[in-house]
Amino acid sequence: MTTMTYKKKYVSTTNACKLCRPLGAMIAFRGIEGAVPFLHGSQGCATYMRRYIISHFNEPIDIASSSLGEKNAIYGGGANIKQGLSNVINKFQPSLVGIATTCLTETIGDDVHMLLHQFCAEAKGQTLPEMVHVSTPSYDGTHIEGFHGAVRAAVDSLATAGHPSETVNLLPGFISPADIRYLQEIMADFALPTVILPDISDTLDGPALRKYEMIPGGGTTINEIKSMGTAQATIEFGRTVNEKLSSGLLLNDRFDIPCTRLGLPMGLRETDLFFAELETISGKTTPEKYSRERGRYVDSFVDGHKYVFGKRAIVYGEEDFVVGLTALLVEFGIKPVLCASGGKSGKLTAAIAAVSDDILKEQPLVREGMDFFEIAEEAESLAPDLLIGHSKGYPLAKKLNIPLLRVGFPVHDRLGGQRILHLGYRGAQMLFDQIVNSVIEQKQDSSSVGYSYM
Amino acid sequence: MEAVIYEERTEQIHRKGDKPFALSCDKESLAGAVSQRACVFCGSRVVLYPIADALHLVHGPIGCAVYTWDIRGALSSGPELHRLSFSTDIQERDVIFGGEQKLYQALIELIDRHQPKAAFVYSTCIVGIIGDDLEAVCKKVSAEKGIPVLPVQSEGFKGNKRAGYAAACEAMNKLVGMGDTKGISKHSINILGDFNLAGEIWLVREYFEKIGVQVVANITGDGRVGDIQRAHGAALNLVQCSGATMDLANMMKKRFGTPNLRVSYFGVEDMAEALYAVADFFKDEEIMARTRQLVADEVKGLQAELNEYRRELTGKKAAIYVGGAFKAFSLIKAFRLLGMDVVMVGSQTGTNEDYEELAEICDPGTIIVDDSNPLELSSFLKEKDVDIFVGGVKERPIAYKLGVAFCDHNHERKEILAGFAGMRNFAREVHASVMSPVWRFVPRKSPGNSASAVSSA
Repeated sequence: MTTMTYKKKYVSTTNACKLCRPLGAMIAFRGIEGAVPFLHGSQGCATYMRRYIISHFNEPIDIASSSLGEKNAIYGGGANIKQGLSNVINKFQPSLVGIATTCLTETIGDDVHMLLHQFCAEAKGQTLPEMVHVSTPSYDGTHIEGFHGAVRAAVDSLATAGHPSETVNLLPGFISPADIRYLQEIMADFALPTVILPDISDTLDGPALRKYEMIPGGGTTINEIKSMGTAQATIEFGRTVNEKLSSGLLLNDRFDIPCTRLGLPMGLRETDLFFAELETISGKTTPEKYSRERGRYVDSFVDGHKYVFGKRAIVYGEEDFVVGLTALLVEFGIKPVLCASGGKSGKLTAAIAAVSDDILKEQPLVREGMDFFEIAEEAESLAPDLLIGHSKGYPLAKKLNIPLLRVGFPVHDRLGGQRILHLGYRGAQMLFDQIVNSVIEQKQDSSSVGYSYM
Repeated sequence: MEAVIYEERTEQIHRKGDKPFALSCDKESLAGAVSQRACVFCGSRVVLYPIADALHLVHGPIGCAVYTWDIRGALSSGPELHRLSFSTDIQERDVIFGGEQKLYQALIELIDRHQPKAAFVYSTCIVGIIGDDLEAVCKKVSAEKGIPVLPVQSEGFKGNKRAGYAAACEAMNKLVGMGDTKGISKHSINILGDFNLAGEIWLVREYFEKIGVQVVANITGDGRVGDIQRAHGAALNLVQCSGATMDLANMMKKRFGTPNLRVSYFGVEDMAEALYAVADFFKDEEIMARTRQLVADEVKGLQAELNEYRRELTGKKAAIYVGGAFKAFSLIKAFRLLGMDVVMVGSQTGTNEDYEELAEICDPGTIIVDDSNPLELSSFLKEKDVDIFVGGVKERPIAYKLGVAFCDHNHERKEILAGFAGMRNFAREVHASVMSPVWRFVPRKSPGNSASAVSSA
């Protein structure tokens, strides 16, 4: 097995394959009921992130900002964060404010914990919302660290001990609203009361409304988060999640709740692991609905295997997504030739090997900290047949004239990114059909015959 | 409804007719109010971005670069270097030890790789705090590589977008005057303030060429470093989107005596006015005759087509929220041409004069607002029962969530909205959105049955 430790070739970054840390925190906070995400920094950060998130979800996302100006950058942002909080509290009446920092406020040395403490002291007598604070310096890590950090901060400050309950904590990571709805369905079918944190299934994919909601309905409730300290078990997705950012491990440490850490349930075997875990926790066998989904999926493998065997794929994006996609692809004979991420967990190579090395004869190049310039450079010699990842790989796909299967975040050049289902047998089925069909379509389009059958 | 207005912001909202006009603007955004504004960096980036043969390096953490990667059309007829997103991706160690060395190496690496005609280096919040000497690094690299390397002082927290426009103009001003002006006609102009998002500048250039006026530099849509360097050879600066590039026009007036005219290419009336203003300026009979001919040719047929749309759109209500107020004037006229009423108009960074002028041309009852936010905007849309909202990406979900039609008049549009052809496209787009059958199914318009009774989760 060849594992590549990758040393960055270039000083500059071109077309990054990652986003900045606070963005992930904003999305995670959006998955808590009644929460207003709040950025302590200059106005532009909040606006840029809103724009980026809107273009994927096509949903409003209000991110408040302490809107620091030049004076505040010199003398400190204390007054602004307090004014911002009191405006948000008065106007939105949130049940929680999720506060993340930025490079600016981390560097000027604002002590947000102390400022929040002061704010609460000064507001004596007033009922205040919960305030959860996470440190997210943009110059360290990616949006994924910001996401997990925000989830952990919420658990850290809210979860409490109590009478043991039958609840299961499910920490899914950054997945789509459609994925969360599917997980909810699965947990309900196993009759397991579950807290999914965060839950963006409604807050970032809501129905048309008569009235603009100041805070979109839905999300994990604060009481649910509090109850996480009493759960019977935790399942946490993500093979590359840093232990220090793991909420599952925190709950285990503090409340002695057993924690099972799994990969994102993508493809057959990663999903099998998830269902096996649910069988263990619930003491029930997998409902027939899912075993039949699984059966149909395997059946479709047989139908489609010839079209994709040996096809070379470049997989890129968030590390856990890359791991999940790789797990899925190798099961029906696609050969990932490069697994790339802008993230730098230090765990990607091992995680890819864990999900693929019994099938692959040769491990793909696995590279952390990559940008699209480097991916394109590698692509020249790798001769890929398809790209799998988010929208930002489109320029490369166009240049190589190969199909791009859009998954994950962001999907900025197609409608419905929030409705892409990636997880479980059902999600795998949809991805499989799309992948096989994109290969067939490529062949059909480049043939002069005009075949009207497969 | 009043509950959505922040007390601190009441002076930034005016309803025409309520009382004598007064509107407070040009203030820092209210903390906690979810302003639609961006930052200084954003202002600089959008202005300089379309210069297609320059290297645009963002010195900062990855977010600033990645959120501005290829976010607007800014079409180029040649090189497309501007569509790549370059960053120094500042890390914690750079924050502690300084990022100058990294910036230097990144510049050398990228200039060697791409051979640009010039490089713009954008400062961001963090760089302003750690105190990297951008100027010194740029100077050094410029001397080594023999191309202009220009620092753009765009630290995000130093104000709003307009401060960023000024920083961008400062940087471009250093380019102007460097080039050879041989062969430039006495009937020549620079086009300032069009960014060629969907090909507008090509259309406008074609008009000018048809009337016999040479265009020296596009500033900055489909822009080239070499053209900007010789822009001082043009006889006249035509300035659209005055907020963004007026500073440069003023600098050029001071340095080279180049006069300027403020114009708009949006809408039939304004486009024709812009052409006539240029013809007038050159006091040339032939140019004037060709202009008359061009306008006559272009308008022919257009009116009939617009009338078709007008029949269905008359009396429909429009709301406008844009970055700079100048665009709003043209939009108001364009909507009127379609028989529509503008019931709300606002901007992120309008000036006192802008708002005074807006108040003058608006109908009584129109809401005029500065530096608004989703809560206010959504309440205005509802209060005025608006049929279409015009804005950018951040305004879109506000309209859509409420079941209101929308027209993107900003970064993500893909059809030309300027010029005579643009008016046709605009009418078509407004019509296509307003007249869509989908609105009859949204909760706002339909009493609905039990299946439609979604409040939300």
